[in-house]
Amino acid sequence: MRKLKFLIIAFVVLLSIVSIAAETIKIAAVLPLTGAVAAYGQQGKQGILLANEMFPEVLGKKIEVVFIDTKSEKAETANAVARAIDYEKVNAIIGELISGNSLAGGAVADKKKVPMVSPASTNPLVTQGKKYMFRVCFIDPFQGKIAAKFAYNNLGARNVIIFTDIEQDYCVGLANFFKKTFKTFGGSIYEEYYRTGDQDFSAQLTDALSRNPDVLYIPGYYTEIALIARQARQFGFNGPILAGDGAEAQQLIEIGGDAVNDVYYTTHYHPDAAQTDIAKVFVEKFKEKYGERPSAMSALNFDAYLIIYDAIKRAGSADREEITKALRATKRFEGVTGVIKMGADGNPIKSAVINKVENGEFKFVTVVNP
Amino acid sequence: MRMTLPIFLQNLANGILLGGLYALIAIGYSMVYGILRLINFAHGDIFMMGTYFAFYGITLFFLPWWLAFVFAIIGAGILGFLIDRIAYKPLRNAPRISALITAIGMSIFLESLAVVIFGGIPKSFAPPRIYPKFFSKMLQIGSIRVQILTFFILGITALLITFLIWFVYKTKIGMAMRAISTDIATTALMGVNVDFVIGITFAIGSALAGAGGILWAMKYPNVNPYMGFMPGLKAFIAAVIGGIGSIQGAMLGGFLLGMIEIMLVAFFPRFAGYRDIFAFIILILILMYKPSGILGAKLEEKV
Repeated sequence: MRKLKFLIIAFVVLLSIVSIAAETIKIAAVLPLTGAVAAYGQQGKQGILLANEMFPEVLGKKIEVVFIDTKSEKAETANAVARAIDYEKVNAIIGELISGNSLAGGAVADKKKVPMVSPASTNPLVTQGKKYMFRVCFIDPFQGKIAAKFAYNNLGARNVIIFTDIEQDYCVGLANFFKKTFKTFGGSIYEEYYRTGDQDFSAQLTDALSRNPDVLYIPGYYTEIALIARQARQFGFNGPILAGDGAEAQQLIEIGGDAVNDVYYTTHYHPDAAQTDIAKVFVEKFKEKYGERPSAMSALNFDAYLIIYDAIKRAGSADREEITKALRATKRFEGVTGVIKMGADGNPIKSAVINKVENGEFKFVTVVNP
Repeated sequence: MRMTLPIFLQNLANGILLGGLYALIAIGYSMVYGILRLINFAHGDIFMMGTYFAFYGITLFFLPWWLAFVFAIIGAGILGFLIDRIAYKPLRNAPRISALITAIGMSIFLESLAVVIFGGIPKSFAPPRIYPKFFSKMLQIGSIRVQILTFFILGITALLITFLIWFVYKTKIGMAMRAISTDIATTALMGVNVDFVIGITFAIGSALAGAGGILWAMKYPNVNPYMGFMPGLKAFIAAVIGGIGSIQGAMLGGFLLGMIEIMLVAFFPRFAGYRDIFAFIILILILMYKPSGILGAKLEEKV
C-alpha cells in the first residue's frame, strides 16, 4: 500500500516536471458546457478543438487548451476565470459565450490583467471600460438595428410584441436597441417579460395574442424561443417570429419542432455565406471531423482561438501584456466569420447575416454590411 | 393590463393545467414528509430521472410510448426505494437536520450524475417522435383554447389521488404508513416492518414524481439535468400551502399555486419575469402566519 502511494507521488512529481519542461502556451476556454445554454458551449468546444488541431503550435511552443465549465451561470463564470488565471496560469482566455456571464467573468480577467476574448457576447457593456476584454462578434446596437429594419421592411411588420428575458443582459439590451429603431420607423411595440428557465408562457401569450401582433420578437436564447414558439403556435399564432443570434442551436429545432418554422434570426455566420479563404477550409475540415455543418457558435469560437493565435504570432511573445497589445492592434484579421478590424473599444467592425428556419434546417437569407 | 372575460377564462384554463402538474409533484413530496418529517429535496431530481427513463425507453429501446411511460414510472419508484435504502435509512435515528442535508446532497448527486450520463445538452420530448401528436392538439371551447393534454393531465392526477387515498386509508400498508407518521418506535414494536413501509412510501412518492416529470415534459418538451429543480421547489411550496403531510392539501396547494402564478402574470404582465419570486414570497408568508397550511394538522415540530 505504501509502495503504491510512493509510486503515485513519484508519478505526479514527474508529470509536473515534464509539463514545466515542455513549456506550453496555455489558453483557457471558459464555456457553458452544461446548464441553460449548454448547446452553445458544446458547439464552441467543437470550434476550439478544431482550431487547436489545425493550429497547434506558435513560436515553436505547443498550445494547450484547458476547458472549464461555467454551468451557464454568472457566479460560476467568475470562479472559472479566477481558476484559469490563478491555478492554471493561462496566457489568455476564450469566453464566455453569453453576455451576462462574460460581464461577470470579464471583470475578473480585467482586474487580473489577462487578455480575454469572448467569441459571442454581443452586449456592448461586455467590453466597455475594460482594457483586457475583447470579442470577435458584432455588438447589439448593430444587431438590434438590422433586426428592426428587417422586421419593418422585409416582414412588413407594424405591430410587434417583444418577449424580454429580464435575467439576461443580452436580451434586455437587444430588445432596447430593436425598440429604438423600430419606433423611429413609426411601428408600435408592446413588451412581455419572462426569465431564463421559465417553461410556461401561456399567460404572457394570452395577453400578447389578444393584441394581434404581426411579428413576435424574442431576442433571448434557443430553449425559451422554442418553448414560446411552440406555445404561440398552439394558441393560434401563425405569423413570423424574429430572434437574435441566441436562436441558433440544433435544440431550437428539436424542441420547437414544426413550431419554429418561420423563425428568422440575425446572426454572425452561415456556411453558405463564406466570405474568406479560411472560411471555406473551415467548413470542409469541420464536416470531416464532426460529420455536420458548422454553426455560427462553432465558427465564432474558432475565430476567437485564431485571433489569439494571430496576436501571439504578431507579438512574438506569449506574455499577457504583449498579447493584449497585439489584440488591440488587429488591423485585418481574416477569420471564418468575416474580416475583423478591432475597434479601440475592443469591439470588431464586421457584417451580419440573417437566417431562417425552414423545414427543420437553418437557411441563409441575406448578408447585412455595417 | 387588459382583462376581458375570454382572456380571464383562457387564463383560468392555463392555471388549471399548470396547477395540475404542480399538484401531482407535490403529492409525492407531501407523502414522504408526512411519514418521515423529511423534506426530500431529491424529489425534483427523481422527477428529472423519470423523464430521462421515458426518453431513453423510447429513443434507445424503441418501446411504444405508453409502455415506456409505465416502465419509467416504475423505474422512478425503484430509484426512490434505492435512494431511501442507501442515503436515508442509515440516518433514521440521526438528528433531522442530517437527513435534510443528505437530501440536498442526494439532489446535487443526481443532477451531476445526469450531466455525466445523459450530457448537459437538453433533449427534446416533443411529438411525434416521443408521443402521438394527438395530445398536443388544441381544443376550441367557445373562445378559449385548451390542449388535449390538459384533460389527460387532470384525468391522471384525479386517478392517482383516488388511488392514493384508497391506498393510505383502506389497505394494511396504508395503515402502517399512518401509524409510522405518528410514532415510528411504537409502530416498530407492534411488529410492523418499518423500513419496508418507509421504502414503499418512497417508491410511491418517487413513482408519482416520475409520472409528473413525464407529463411535465409532454407539456414543456425540454429535458435537461436541471429540469427538476424549479418544479421541485414549486411542488414544495404547493405542499406547504396545502399543509405538508396531507395528500388532499398537496393537491389543493398545487392548483392554488398554479392559478396564482398564472393570474399574477395575467393581471400584472410587467412582473412576469418575477413570478418565481412571488411563489417564494407566498411560501414565506405561509410559514410565518399559517405554518400548518390550509388543510394540515397542527404539529409541534416544523422544519
